[in-house]
Amino acid sequence: MPNATQSASAGQMPDADGQPNAPDASAGASARPAVAARVKIHARDVNVHYGDKHALKHVDLDVNEHDVTALIGPSGCGKSTFLRCMNRMNDVIDNCQVTGSITLDGTDVYDPSLDVVQLRARVGMVFQKPNPFPKSIYENVAYGPRIHGIARGKSELDEIVHRSLTRAGLLKEVSDRLNEPGTGLSGGQQQRLCIARAIAVNPEVILMDEPCSALDPIATAKIEELIDELRENYTIVIVTHSMQQAARVSQRTAFFHLGDLVEVGDTEQIFTNPKDNRTQGYITGRFG
Amino acid sequence: MSDTSPQIASAQLGTASVATHEPPRFDWNAPETRRRFAARHRANRRLQIYGLSAIGLAALLIAILVGSLVATGYQSFVQTHVTFEVFVDPAKVDATDPSKGNFRLIVRDSFAAQFPDVTNPRDQRSLTDVMTADAPFIVRDQVVADPSLIGQRVRVTMPVSDAFDQLQKGVTPRDVPETQRKVNDKQIAWFDTLVERGQITVPFNTALFVSADSRFPELAGLAGAIVGSFYALLVCFLISFPVGIAAAVYLEEFARKGRWSDILEVNINNLAAVPSVVFGLLGLAVFLGFFGLPRSTPLVGGMVLALMTLPTIIIATRSALKAVPPSIREAALGVGASKHQVVLHHVLPLAMPGILTGTIIGMAQALGETAPLLLIGMNAFITSPPGGILESATALPTQIFIWADSPERGFVSRTSAAILVLIGFLIAMNLVAVILRKRFERRW
Repeated sequence: MPNATQSASAGQMPDADGQPNAPDASAGASARPAVAARVKIHARDVNVHYGDKHALKHVDLDVNEHDVTALIGPSGCGKSTFLRCMNRMNDVIDNCQVTGSITLDGTDVYDPSLDVVQLRARVGMVFQKPNPFPKSIYENVAYGPRIHGIARGKSELDEIVHRSLTRAGLLKEVSDRLNEPGTGLSGGQQQRLCIARAIAVNPEVILMDEPCSALDPIATAKIEELIDELRENYTIVIVTHSMQQAARVSQRTAFFHLGDLVEVGDTEQIFTNPKDNRTQGYITGRFG
Repeated sequence: MSDTSPQIASAQLGTASVATHEPPRFDWNAPETRRRFAARHRANRRLQIYGLSAIGLAALLIAILVGSLVATGYQSFVQTHVTFEVFVDPAKVDATDPSKGNFRLIVRDSFAAQFPDVTNPRDQRSLTDVMTADAPFIVRDQVVADPSLIGQRVRVTMPVSDAFDQLQKGVTPRDVPETQRKVNDKQIAWFDTLVERGQITVPFNTALFVSADSRFPELAGLAGAIVGSFYALLVCFLISFPVGIAAAVYLEEFARKGRWSDILEVNINNLAAVPSVVFGLLGLAVFLGFFGLPRSTPLVGGMVLALMTLPTIIIATRSALKAVPPSIREAALGVGASKHQVVLHHVLPLAMPGILTGTIIGMAQALGETAPLLLIGMNAFITSPPGGILESATALPTQIFIWADSPERGFVSRTSAAILVLIGFLIAMNLVAVILRKRFERRW
């Protein structure tokens, strides 16, 4: 484990003087400590090459069940690349090569005999830009269950759609226009629709790739609230550029820099007491 | 020294002195600056003028083309007809088998009856030249359709022969010496008499659209060519649309980008640039020569046109697929759709307007294509519309080719009329393409 420092090994003081000027990490959900967490995703020695470019170097990371794990770091540091390794969305990129092992509940994600379609149903994804299908709101949510044959009959499908929209906190706003196109919603509503679409197939893990970067502060607050609620039922990994957001929504934080996983630990510890110089430099805004 | 070279001065004096040696403010009102601005505005105007004159030139050329076509072609949209009474003489028609009757004599006698003072048999024959040469068959068809006409007097309206049609329309002049005219003075006098009696009418030329080709311009129409073109385009569409989309989807969505896909792409683009006559030769050698498919048929014509349309459709489909944003593909993959579901459920439907637009433009090209059809024999002389894709037929462009080659005066304006009809179809197809694009254009 070259760079990954696993959670709080006590007594180490940061190199910088006193408390770093970090965002308030004690706010909201992250105040709850991750108790007796079970490891959901287990990544060991993950390397990613895009052609000649070594984008991700020897990453070891555990994602705990029912935790929100935030991946932070400056642009181009490999955090999105790592996120996309977990449901093999990198497969569609022609010259992308992944080595190492990532296991989901003990099964190897990169096992050639594994069905990618099933993996992506178990590990859902929400993207940076809201990308609803140019179809009705109902069809957006119903699409996943339909292609996987999850619902038997129309009434069951209706129920799934309503439940997913409720969980995504969107049903009240759209219940009277389920047949209108999803692309007609506001940005924040679209993103919640995408979350509803992701949870409609009942995944175990939801990956979020900067889900709020295209949204205004109010919509962002709603999504963050939603993420905290979803934690009850799902394991969430979120890539974010906003350190405040990482501090607000996550229990664990991993800091990536230039393809290395520099440091990973409880969010509170990362923001108040980082062990690595680079982590401290980043969270205090000295670079990035 | 510090005035002439501020950089050196500041380097010597250190950073503190930089502020005092700021370069002078840029003078927006200096004469040289004003001149440069004026030159920039002039260049701007010049560029606009070049563009405008290019557009003007193109518009002028199109106006000349269409104008000359209309000027020569408009006369073909009407046709001079003569109306007279035909006595279906029972002595000349056998009621049990009306088609065997001597209709030539019936028509000649009936027409001569219009001019009782013309008794000379030679003049009587010359008199019948006013009518179309098909007059006996026109009457025969009426009598066969309704045998009760035998023994009756029937008013019949039929086209006059081409020479008199042109005379009536003022295309052939009356004031040249008689020897240089197709119609002699006597015939002109008879014709004028018919005009005075009100027996000559010039109604809309429905024959142009409901009849097939004929040796006689007054009877020739485009129905055969239109139906032939329709069948050929149908075959072309049925082959090139699915094949083109399948090829494009594979290349765009499934094929690994590499040397082979590059080679394929270059070859498809080359295929689009191959002269159409080469495709015609290919069709002649392979479809007719090797596979022995029937000559002159819309089937073979459509197959050859499909070869030409295929690259157009592939290229249009690929660019339509490229225009579908990757976020839609990711969204579908993200909920666990497999590759074929991504393509069939999301990408293809979104690309369809673009694909259809490209296809229609390809079809419009195919409709106007002449050379390959000439080589596979779709320029045959065929007097009835084809009943299917396996019957000999002509197509609109080859019909234009045939008519342009015909010596009769009437075919000159009919050629222009046929070109106008072809252009009309092309405009209609392109209009559909534009409307499709406007209607389904989507912004992400």
